[in-house]
Amino acid sequence: MLALDLAFFDWEIISRFIAKGFAFSVELTLIAMSGGIVFGTLLALMRLSGRKWLDAAAAVYVNGMRSIPLVMVILWFFLLIPFLIGRSIGAELSAIITFVAFESAYYSEIMRAGIQSVSRGQMHAAQAVGMTYAQSMRLVVLPQAFRNMLPVLLTQTIILFQDTSLVYAIGAYDLLKGFEQAGRNYGRPIEAYLLAAVVYFAISFSLSQMVKRLQVKIAIVR
Amino acid sequence: MIEIKNISKWYGAFRVLTDCSTHVSKGEVVVVCGPSGSGKSTLIKCVNALEPFQKGEILVDGISVGDPKTDLPKLRARVGMVFQHFELFPHMSVTENLTLAQIRVLRRSKAEAEAKAAALLKRVGLEAHAAKFPGNLSGGQQQRVAIARALAMDPIAMLFDEPTSALDPEMINEVLDVMVQLAQEGMTMMVVTHEMGFARRVAHRVIFMDHGEIVEDAPKDDFFGKPRSERAQQFLSKILQH
Repeated sequence: MLALDLAFFDWEIISRFIAKGFAFSVELTLIAMSGGIVFGTLLALMRLSGRKWLDAAAAVYVNGMRSIPLVMVILWFFLLIPFLIGRSIGAELSAIITFVAFESAYYSEIMRAGIQSVSRGQMHAAQAVGMTYAQSMRLVVLPQAFRNMLPVLLTQTIILFQDTSLVYAIGAYDLLKGFEQAGRNYGRPIEAYLLAAVVYFAISFSLSQMVKRLQVKIAIVR
Repeated sequence: MIEIKNISKWYGAFRVLTDCSTHVSKGEVVVVCGPSGSGKSTLIKCVNALEPFQKGEILVDGISVGDPKTDLPKLRARVGMVFQHFELFPHMSVTENLTLAQIRVLRRSKAEAEAKAAALLKRVGLEAHAAKFPGNLSGGQQQRVAIARALAMDPIAMLFDEPTSALDPEMINEVLDVMVQLAQEGMTMMVVTHEMGFARRVAHRVIFMDHGEIVEDAPKDDFFGKPRSERAQQFLSKILQH
C-alpha cells in the first residue's frame, strides 16, 4: 500500500533544500536563453549569409547539436573539461556553458525562420536608404524577426526550463536535486518527487498560458 | 545623371534583360512602361544595385554601380527609391522611418533629422500622422511616407518602382500628386509605372520595354503620338482603351 504523507513539506525544507535549487534552475534557464538567442542569431546569420563556408560550418554545428541527446552533451562536456584544461570547472558552470552551446542550435533554427519571415523588400528598403547589410539586419530585419518569433522563442524557453533537470547527470544542484535531497533527508523520496513534478508542471503550464495570451495580443497588434 | 549601357542580366539560364541602354539626364523625368514580366522593375533595381547584373555598365553621377570597389551604401544613400509595396519599417513610427537613415547613414543629429522629417511630412500632407505606425495608415498614406523617407536623404535622383500598382484606385492620385510636384520642382526621376496620365503630364521621355529589351525610347510626344514599334502600339491601345 502506498501511503503518501506530504506533511513533512514545510518552509524549512523550502529554504534549506528547494530555494537554492530553484535559483540555479532559473539562473541556468535565463542564461541559456539569453546566450542561446545571441549565439543562435549569429548562427542563423551565418546560415543565411550566402557564403558557403559560413553556412556549412553553422549547419554542421546546428545539425550536430540537434541530433545528440542533451544529457549526453552535458555529460561529455563535464567529463572532457578536466582533460582539456587540466582541472574541473564545477558542475554548475559546466552546465551553464553546455546549455548555452546546446540551446544556441535550437534558437538558431527559430531565428532563421524568423529572419526568413521578414520580406526581402524590407532588406531592399533598408539598403536603398544607404544602410549597410549589417545595419539593415540589426535595425530593420532582426527586430521584426524577433517579434514574429517571440512566442516560439518563449515556448522553447519553457522546454529549456524543463530540460535543466537533466543536470542531475553531473550532480549540479538544481530544482530537482533540491527535492531529491529533501526527500532523502526526510525519508520521503516518493512524495518529494511527486511535489517536484507538481512544481515543474505549475511553472511550465502557467508560462505556456502566458505565451498563449501573448500570441493573441501580438496577432491583434500586427 | 544615370547612364545605363548595354545591361544584360540572367537568372541562371533565363535572360531577363537583354542589352538595355538608356540614360536619365539631370532634371529629367523618364517613365518606363511595358507589360508585366518585361524586366522594367528589374532594370530600375539594377540602377541602385539592389539587383546585380552580369553584363554592361551603369553610371550614377559618374560612379560605376557594378564596380566591386564602389561603396554601394554610400551610392544608394544618394539615390531615393520608392517600392511597389511601400516597404516602410513596420516596427517604427512614421517619424522614425524618416529619421533612421538620416541618423545612421548621414550622421545627422536627432533634432536635425526630426526637423527634416517634420518638414517632409508636412509637404506630403501627413504631419498629423507623424507618431503613428505604418500599419495604421492607408496604402496611399504609406506610399507618401515612403516618398518622404527617400527625400529625407536629399537624393540626387529618385527611382519609383510601380509606386501606385498596389494601391486602391481612390488613393492613386494622392501619390501621383506628390510625384508630379516633385517632377515640376526639377527632381531627376526614373519611374516604372502604367499611369499614362502621369507620363503625359510630366515625363520628358517614355521607355517601352518588352521581353527584357528596350523596344522604344522616345520623347513623350513622339511616344504618345506615333510609337514606332508595333508592340508599343499594341500595349498603348490596351491600356488606354478605358
